[in-house]
Amino acid sequence: MGSLEVDARRAAVRDAVGVGVAVGLSGFAFGAAAVTAGLSVGQACVLSLVAFTGASQFALVGVIAGGGSLVAGAAGAVLLGGRNAFYGLRLSQVLRITGWRRAVTAQGVIDETAAVATAQPDADSARVGFYATAVSIYLMWNATTLLGALGAARIGDPEAFGLDVVGAAVFLALLWPRLTAGRGPARVAAVAAVVAFAATPVLPPGVPVMVAAVAVIAGGRR
Amino acid sequence: MSVWIAVIATGIGCYALKLGGLVMPQRVLDDPRVQRFAELVPVALLSALVVVQTFADGRSLEFDGPRVAGMGAAVVALVCRAPFLVVLAVAGAVAAALRLL
Repeated sequence: MGSLEVDARRAAVRDAVGVGVAVGLSGFAFGAAAVTAGLSVGQACVLSLVAFTGASQFALVGVIAGGGSLVAGAAGAVLLGGRNAFYGLRLSQVLRITGWRRAVTAQGVIDETAAVATAQPDADSARVGFYATAVSIYLMWNATTLLGALGAARIGDPEAFGLDVVGAAVFLALLWPRLTAGRGPARVAAVAAVVAFAATPVLPPGVPVMVAAVAVIAGGRR
Repeated sequence: MSVWIAVIATGIGCYALKLGGLVMPQRVLDDPRVQRFAELVPVALLSALVVVQTFADGRSLEFDGPRVAGMGAAVVALVCRAPFLVVLAVAGAVAAALRLL
């Protein structure tokens, strides 16, 4: 193997560990938000272990915190996880895996692993980047979920620490790069915001977020 | 108990979507409508979540000064290209500080 390829693989691992540590740390925020919303420490940890996709987890917890219906909360969370299916489509070309390995690899298909893998210059470093990112985020995210949940369970009033704002800020930070990507996405975001705002007083909590998905039609025309 | 059902249903649903993407035939991805939908659905949902988490309390709309200020601080941090965790820390710290006053 040439030294250029070794360098590319090392760079992929460096990216992976950096992203893993940074994003994994926000597991603290998730664990704290989950317990603040009324989930048990065990429920917060099972969500991180099994769902393992931040935005969906925050979405379910947000609906529960607002006293919303659990069905709407779970449906919104799963719909939000739909983008991972498209990352999976993309990554299946890059990773070229078959058989049972796909069942294990699937759990690692999230925003950050897709971002790192698709940013690599060649297939080999893409594979290394994908798995290194997946493993480092999975370990960090689950460890910090537990610590955040245990920590919040000891805090008397989470709002005093601004923890209720952190969940909303997570969504804003995830949305931000997509907003600056073009006018179509910005228009969809604006319509979705108005729909969700208008629907809040008339529909049960959790449902306005689902209804806001119709805003996608606004972005259909370029 | 029903919270457990929601937790497990969300977990299984999210995992199934990831696996579904990995095993789906290539030609599905080639459809431009599918690509466009994939790009825009998260945008709509995330935007709605930001609004609901900032302004909604159950079914009522409310203006919580420190919360809105925290979100404003997050916008400033994002405009300044702050890293993800800094954005979260700034938002939480501003809200917490205003509630102390």
